[in-house]
Amino acid sequence: MRVNPRLTDTLVRHLLNMQAYFTVGILVIIVFIIFIKGISNCSLSFMLTYPEDMGRHGGVFPAIVGTIFLVALSILFATPLGLGTAIFLTEYTKESLLTTIIRFGVESLAGIPSIIYGLFGFIFFVIKLKMGWSLLAGALTMTIMILPTIIRTSEEAIKAVPKNLRIVSHSLGATKWETTVKVVLPSAAPGILTGIMLSIGRAVGETAAVIFTMGSSLRLPTSLMESGRTMAVHFYILAREGISMEKAYATALVLVMSILAINIFAYYMMNKVTAKYS
Amino acid sequence: MSSNKAVFKERIIKQILTAFAFSSLLFLFLIFAFILVEGLPLFYKAGVKNIIFGMKWAPTRGFFGIFPMIVSSFLVTFGALVIGGPLGLGCAVYLAEYAGRQQKMFLKPALELLAGIPSVVYGFLGVLYIVPFIRTFFGGSGFSLLATSIVLGIMILPTVISISYDALMSVPRSYREGALAMGSTKWQSTWRVVIPAAKSGILASCILGMGRAVGETMAVIMVAGNALKIPGGLLDPLRTLTSNIALELSYASGDHRLGLFSTGVVLLFIIMVLNYFANFVIRRTVIK
Amino acid sequence: MPRPVLFLLAGLCLLAAGCGGESSSRAMYERHIVNIAGSTSVMPFTEKLAEHFMVEQPTFIVNVQSGGSTAGIQACMNRTVGIGMSSRELKPDEKALNEITICLDGIAMVVHPDNPVTSMKLSQVRDIFSGKIKNWRELGWLDRRIDAVTREEGSGTRGAFEELVMHKDEIDDGIMVQDSNGSVKEVVATDPYAIGYVSLGMLDTRVSGVTVDGVRPTVEAIKKKQYKIVRPFLYLTMGTPTGDSLTFINYVLSKDGQVLLKKEGLIPVHEF
Repeated sequence: MRVNPRLTDTLVRHLLNMQAYFTVGILVIIVFIIFIKGISNCSLSFMLTYPEDMGRHGGVFPAIVGTIFLVALSILFATPLGLGTAIFLTEYTKESLLTTIIRFGVESLAGIPSIIYGLFGFIFFVIKLKMGWSLLAGALTMTIMILPTIIRTSEEAIKAVPKNLRIVSHSLGATKWETTVKVVLPSAAPGILTGIMLSIGRAVGETAAVIFTMGSSLRLPTSLMESGRTMAVHFYILAREGISMEKAYATALVLVMSILAINIFAYYMMNKVTAKYS
Repeated sequence: MSSNKAVFKERIIKQILTAFAFSSLLFLFLIFAFILVEGLPLFYKAGVKNIIFGMKWAPTRGFFGIFPMIVSSFLVTFGALVIGGPLGLGCAVYLAEYAGRQQKMFLKPALELLAGIPSVVYGFLGVLYIVPFIRTFFGGSGFSLLATSIVLGIMILPTVISISYDALMSVPRSYREGALAMGSTKWQSTWRVVIPAAKSGILASCILGMGRAVGETMAVIMVAGNALKIPGGLLDPLRTLTSNIALELSYASGDHRLGLFSTGVVLLFIIMVLNYFANFVIRRTVIK
Repeated sequence: MPRPVLFLLAGLCLLAAGCGGESSSRAMYERHIVNIAGSTSVMPFTEKLAEHFMVEQPTFIVNVQSGGSTAGIQACMNRTVGIGMSSRELKPDEKALNEITICLDGIAMVVHPDNPVTSMKLSQVRDIFSGKIKNWRELGWLDRRIDAVTREEGSGTRGAFEELVMHKDEIDDGIMVQDSNGSVKEVVATDPYAIGYVSLGMLDTRVSGVTVDGVRPTVEAIKKKQYKIVRPFLYLTMGTPTGDSLTFINYVLSKDGQVLLKKEGLIPVHEF
């Protein structure tokens, strides 16, 4: 029996089309459910008031602040390290055994699951360095976790900067560092920003690594050595302990919407970069 | 030009950048060192065989067997691949070969956004929708291998899609044009020419997807039921390596805690092997 | 390449120095900080006590962390926290700690409100959790597997349950495990065929408490010593409590604190 190839082609096209839209449908359904169930309990005052009774009533203000602190600190630590690594790999050295080893390290870090980061942060920062469950321990753990993303995206962004810009700068008498800072980095900035945004998204949504290093205290952290709760951890506890489904959905709404906004902005930046160089 | 000063400054900058570049290696070393230092002693004390092939996990009474969890981790990973693999590959093929420019502009970012949804949200929706569905229509408690596989299957989609998409896109245009010029349909050229050429990349996407599934924690804890036995069927609850660590870490002390680090050692080993394979497969393609 | 490594080490040292500076500068504030960690069973009630306490004493900050009885005991022993919380009796090697019973708590067997099996013998509960009874038919209901839920290894509630219900029998490996009272309750509240055990204070309309050996799990039954599955909620301190920790403990043992605990469904140690 011979199957008509044209017919197969049409069938497959429709099948694959369905698969693609089905998958997008999953995203739409997730966002839709969270939105419908969360919107009635989500308001500005929900975001700006303190929780009461473990989050059964009141808002999520300390969790929002905790998230912002954690993310800001880890970005603050990881950006110089990651960007420095990327500059070293692209501008300051040629491909060699050394770069291979460093890239291997970065790739390996990227592949390690978050619970291992949690284990490591718990034993190293929390216990060995005696930081306790604290904002600092959480931020340092998160720094290591997001480092690979920042390195890889920055590296790609720097590589995409045309060679002749550097040559011109050098020929005008600029040193390598001057060229890097004044010529290369400004051109690569949108790409680097994409990496930072993606890292923020990752840090905001992380639970396993945060809960064992930053703890889960519901109070507003006022110093680096105090424990706190991020939105994701708060949501996890609300949902898992069945404290309040309404509050859980509302928290999820804030969480998912902020992550989506961050990621959409990141892709928008990335598209701008690709459009510029293609 | 005070060139001496400039040269010195350049040299310092280079040193600092080198130090930064080494930080990733330092962190990797620290992670391995601390997990191994905490995790390995128990292998000596309790015996490698009793841990890796031990059937009983009762750390407060001196049983550290994690064999059921190793098996369960592989089962959910396989389950995730069965569900997420074909779906993800289909999406990647559609995106790379069939979708028009406009469609791609919308589909590609939408699919990548799936990766941004936090794992706790996947777990939460799994508990509220997938678990009751399974309980009602298939029986059991719903907290099961099946529920975990479905949730993980969805969670690995972005990994599978983006990496196999890249692999498909890196197949030279001339391959497709050659096939089409010889009168084959789009699907014939895709199935016979493009997919075989992108085989390694597709394989790598599946391996990395597996890595994601093995390492996932919070969503798994929420939907897997966490029983200690090897599941006898799709509807039985199970406990993976990751959920074992997260369930008990904050509670553990003494040997119990060491046992969780031993679990971490095994998990780290599995992840490293998977990543190595993925890299190996990708590198082989690049060299070719 | 030794130089870069040196730089990195120097950086780490600076970082460490930074942390040190941070913790010493904190001492400059005149604030009273009480750190509490331990049992997830005691945590929600301590959290509530702390909320009320901090309203009365605005200069106090009470940090409450869960983590489990064992972790609480450890943290208290190495002085990471001022007060540890435990929901099980101390083991001999932990007896060095000073223990203060803040209240008693019953452990209630819970099932879904739709479940008609509302009464069991203690031996039947034991058989369900040791895997001898697997089907609701054996308890006079329909032919459906029992979805039993236990707590994880190290939990105080599990420890008390093993001691008071299981005796020498072991909890079966095929039984589901959840890591807090709340998550056990969630499973039971959503699965009509589930059974689990939670702190008496957690009982509400979403799950129903099972009568064991003819006694309903209620505060009165525990006070009359009829309901037997009871354990203490302990606060632990290294030596006799002093300073800020003592202030908080005194509040918990005061009329206000004890009335609050009573309202939460627990059995206070002092009647006012």
